[in-house]
Parts: sequence; C-alpha cells; structure tokens
Amino acid sequence: MVEKNHKMPISIHTEVPGAGHHGESKADAAIKMAAEGVDVYYGDKQALKNINLNIPECQVTALIGPSGCGKSTFLRCLNRMNDVVDGCRVEGSITMDGEDIYAKGIDVVHLRARIGMVFQKPNPFPKSVYDNVAYGPKIHGLASSRAEMDEIVFASLERAGLLGEVRDRLDAPGTGLSGGQQQRLCIARAIAVEPEVILMDEPCSALDPIATAKIEELIDELKENYTIIMVTHSMQQAARVSQKTAFFHLGELVEQGDTVDIFTRPKDERTKSYVTGRIG
Amino acid sequence: MSESLSHAQRIEAGLARRYRAERRFRMYGIVAIAAAIGFLALLLTAIGFRGAGAFQQTEIALEITFDEALIKDNDWQGMVKASLGKAFPDVTGRRDKRNLYGLASSGAGFDLRAMVLADPALAGRTQTVWLPASDDVDMLMKGVIDRTLPEGDRRITDQEIAWIDALAAQNRIDLKFNTRFFTSGDSREPELAGILGALTGSLFSLFVCFILSFPLGVMAAVYLQEFAPKNIWTDIIEVNINNLAAVPSIVFGLLGLGILLNVMHLPRSASLVGGIVLALMTMPTVIIAGRAALQSVPPSIREAALGMGASPVQTVLHHVLPLAMPGMLTGAIIGMARALGESAPLLMIGMVAFVVDIPKTLTDASTALPVQIYLWADSPERAFSERTAAAIIVLLAFLITMNMVAIVMRKKFERKW
Repeated sequence: MVEKNHKMPISIHTEVPGAGHHGESKADAAIKMAAEGVDVYYGDKQALKNINLNIPECQVTALIGPSGCGKSTFLRCLNRMNDVVDGCRVEGSITMDGEDIYAKGIDVVHLRARIGMVFQKPNPFPKSVYDNVAYGPKIHGLASSRAEMDEIVFASLERAGLLGEVRDRLDAPGTGLSGGQQQRLCIARAIAVEPEVILMDEPCSALDPIATAKIEELIDELKENYTIIMVTHSMQQAARVSQKTAFFHLGELVEQGDTVDIFTRPKDERTKSYVTGRIG
Repeated sequence: MSESLSHAQRIEAGLARRYRAERRFRMYGIVAIAAAIGFLALLLTAIGFRGAGAFQQTEIALEITFDEALIKDNDWQGMVKASLGKAFPDVTGRRDKRNLYGLASSGAGFDLRAMVLADPALAGRTQTVWLPASDDVDMLMKGVIDRTLPEGDRRITDQEIAWIDALAAQNRIDLKFNTRFFTSGDSREPELAGILGALTGSLFSLFVCFILSFPLGVMAAVYLQEFAPKNIWTDIIEVNINNLAAVPSIVFGLLGLGILLNVMHLPRSASLVGGIVLALMTMPTVIIAGRAALQSVPPSIREAALGMGASPVQTVLHHVLPLAMPGMLTGAIIGMARALGESAPLLMIGMVAFVVDIPKTLTDASTALPVQIYLWADSPERAFSERTAAAIIVLLAFLITMNMVAIVMRKKFERKW
C-alpha cells in the first residue's frame, strides 16, 4: 500500500464538544477507524480523492452527499467489500484501532466479522429467520451448542427489535417478512457476530416512514455498543441520528464535523448549498 | 382527417384500428401454438399407431412333448417340429414340412429350454405351450400382409394361410401381450427382438454421462463465473466452451474413437465409452447453463454473505450454488436429453453393433436406443417396422420420465432454497 504524505486528518472529536444532535456526543470518544489520504480508483477513473476522516467510537457518523459522490465507495472500503470489484484500487491507509486494514497480514474474513454491514436493499438470505441470524455465528464458530446458538439468535433479534414480531415464525423464510422487518433482520444478522463497527449503506432508502423511524430508533440504541457509519440521502435522517457528519462531493471529502455544525454552520459553500437543498 | 377533430376524437378514431391489430397479433400467436400442437399430435399418433402393433405378438398353442431323448440332444426346436407335425399329420413332403415348421418362430425352442431348466420335472411329460409364431405369421395375423393379394406377391403361401386358419379355428393361434419386447435384447428374428438391451445401454451411457458431465460442468461453471480472474485467458476459454457446444456430435465420436479406443484401448462398443463421449458433448451445455444460472443469482446475496465475513467459497457453497442449482439441473437435463437422442457419436465407437446379450456392466458391448431404432429401421423384415416405432415410443417415454424426474428435483431444490 502506498503511504502518501498528506496533511493530518482533521480530528473531529476535538471540535465543538457535546454538539451532537441528541446531546450525547462524547467529546472524548476514542477514534475507532481512521482514513488517511485514501484514493480509490475504478480502473482509470478516480472515485475518491485524498479522503482523511476519523470515525469516533460508539457514535453514529453520517456520510452525506449527492449521488455518485463516492460515499458508498468509501463505506465499502472500510470493510474491504471493494476487494471483489474488478479494477478497484485503494490507496492510502485505513486503520481500525490503529491497525492498517489493508496491510498484508490482515484476513478479510476476520475483518468483516469485526466490521458488519447492512445494505441499501434488505438482503436476507433465502433461509429461515433463525438461519439468517445464526449464519454469522455458525461460520465463525461462535456457538458451541444449539442452546448457545439459540441464545445468540434470540438476543440479536431482541436487540434489533424484531423478536416480538417474529417469535412464532422463526422457521418462516426471512424473505417473507415486510421490507422494514427484513432490514431489521439484516441488522440482527450483522450484530449476531458482535462486530465492533457496523456499516450501513442507506439502510432506510427502500423503506416507508414508519419502518424508517423504527430503524432510526434502533440505530440510536445500537450506538451505545457499536460504532456506526451510515450513508444516507436524507438530510433529516443524518440530522436525527448522527453525531458526526461528513459531506462528500465529487469524490472529495468537503467538510466534516459535528452534525449540528454541518447543518447549522457549514463552513464550505458547497456544504451549505447541499444541506439547504440547493444542489444534490 | 380534418383539423376540426378534437384530440379525443382522433384517439377514438384510432382505437378500433389498435384493437384490431391487437386481436390479429393474438390470432397469430394462437395459430402458431395450434400448428405446433398439431404437428406434435400428428407425430405422436403416427408413431403410436405404427408402434402399437409391436406390443402384441402372435403366439401358437402347441402340444409339446418334452421328449427325454431330444432334451439330451439339446434339440429343443425338434420338439416344436414334432408337435407341429402331429398337429398336421397329412403334411409329408420335405418342402411342405419345412414351411409348416416355419410357422413357429425359430426361437421357440429357447422358450422350451428355459421351461425345462426352470422345472426339470417336465421331462417326459406333454403340455400345451404358447410359443411365438414367426414374423410372417405375425404380420398376417395383424393384417399387415394382405391375404387377398395373389400368392406370388406375398411372403406367405396359400397353404400356410390354410394351416393358420386351421389353427385359428381351434383357438390355437392368438395375439398376446409381447413381454419379450421388454425383456430381451436384439435378435435377427423380429418376433424375438426386444428393446431391453438398448434401453440398458442407454441407461448406462447416460449414467456415465451424468456422473462425468454434471460435477465437472458445475465446477467449471462455478470457477469461471465466481472465481476466475477476468483476463484474456478466461475470455479464450469462454469462447472455446461456446464453440464446443456447437461442435457436431460426430466429431466427439471421432475423438472417442481416436483417443479412448485407439490410444487408451477402452473396450469397443461399451456403454462406458459411449457415456464418456456423450459427457464430452454435454459438458459445454452444462457449463453454459450453469454460468447463466449463477449469473441470475442476485448479487445482493453474495454481498450479504461476504459482508457477514463468509469466505468466497462459503459464499458460493452456502448461498449462490443452492440458488443456482435448479437452473443448473435444467441445463444438465437439456444436455442429457440431447445425449439420449444422439446416435452419431455412438456409431463411431462401435455401439452400432448387433448385440443380443443385455449388458450387465459398463464395459459390456451394448447399443443405445437411437442406434437400435436406426438398426431396426434398416432391417428388411416387415415386422421390424412396427418395432422401430415401438422403440421410438420407448425412447420418448424414457425422455419424458427423465424430464419428470428433473422437474421433481427442481421443485425440491426450489422449496429448499
């Protein structure tokens, strides 16, 4: 990996303490993940230019920006999902707990067990609700007995706020649930392996407002234990659930900081235009 | 059209024309389907009509004396002759006698032999036995030989017809269900020829074909679709697989002859070799269908599995392959159906031989159903023509059974997702 020399990343946790929307932003939150001088290319096309971003632990970081600005690309770099994309090249460094996740010795399978992901379109496996949640623990060998597995599955469903709705249809196909339930099933599936970070790629874009509200509530609860990084197209959603916001535009990270600052006192003209709905 | 018409009026004026076009289009569709069904029905009824006769066989009831001297001499046909001679004692001339003995099939003695082998106590006793008549008698009984024709124009003489009528008057000649057709192998005598040898040969060949082509084809499809890097080499391989699927089947037969028989010295006419050749022919189809099935699995499933930390192999084995399996099976069945009907490559490796014994192992000499059909269609005896049609019926029944099994398996996999 080419270690490029770029200016130090702006450490957002030092700015405006306690300015999070819910008033619970931890000013002294440790940095969970950090990107330094990240460039991403798809073939010859550069999709991301010199991204420097710190992700604070146990907070929700929202990535916003118009379509095609590279925020999803950046998100997928964080658990190396771009590895499987042909011609995709990542330069610079992305670290988790100070460790370069693109380093040679890093095992992608292990990394993805630590960094869960929830996708834009709910994508439960065409298996039963139970098997969906049990899949991660099963392949990573986290449960040694059926009882232990039951415990993990029930706890995960409970934390995803889904247990009450699916308790008597655990054997029913996960694909038979409603859209919002499917997305919460995907969240339950992701947290069943106890990841440290959860990446969410527009988790509510395919959902109605009621299901969206449930997911947002869930995200708010999950941030107690997990570091959450979320791509969203909805300004209101970013404002509602995130403590930190990063604004991407045309492959660049234009501005980052506490959510409340980004939305009320944007420094950059482009950010201002975007959050007020003039470009996008 | 004047400009005074409003928009609504103009649209209305065009409506009738649009509906007419729609009706016409539907009509064409229905006509096309009706034509297809008509041709299919024509084909099936023609074959059914021709082949139905082969499921019955004329048999003659004869008073057989199991003479111990004849048993010792192994002269089973002699018992048949003796019995016929007794039934018509006034036939004396050498030539007449030969004609008389010709009423019964030349294989009738084998039936007697089998009876004595099964029950040695029969020796010395006399018993009425239904034995197969010769093919000409059979054809006469089925009305294929027209008895109103002048004697010189038919294969059966007036004298023979008189004997047959005499037997018929005593209810000693009749059409019976032709079990032999399903239980014996090929024969020079139409009345003794059966389909079981060819059916077994086809079954063995297809078994080998499936065992080889399905796993190899699936593995190739999975590797090419899911794991192989996209570069010039995989492009070349892909083009070649597509070309291979279009190669005339006889070329595969030549390959089998050149490599499997001449270099590797595998047994000639064996269903093992036939199966290998058919597998080579089927594999490209399986690969292409398999890749299409893999491609149709939504990428979101792959992402979900990879995002959960599943390794690429786990992703494929746990999620992608089970979802692609129904499509892959369909591809395999299409390939197998083609292999079942294939005769050209089998000709090259000697599966066109005249094989009387029913193959017991994969290396025994055997034929296959399409080759058997070809062989019988080529035989001069009239009775073989209805057997040809009957063999086609068996082939079609085999095909339908195979497809049914495929559909059931598909359904099972689909429900399991």
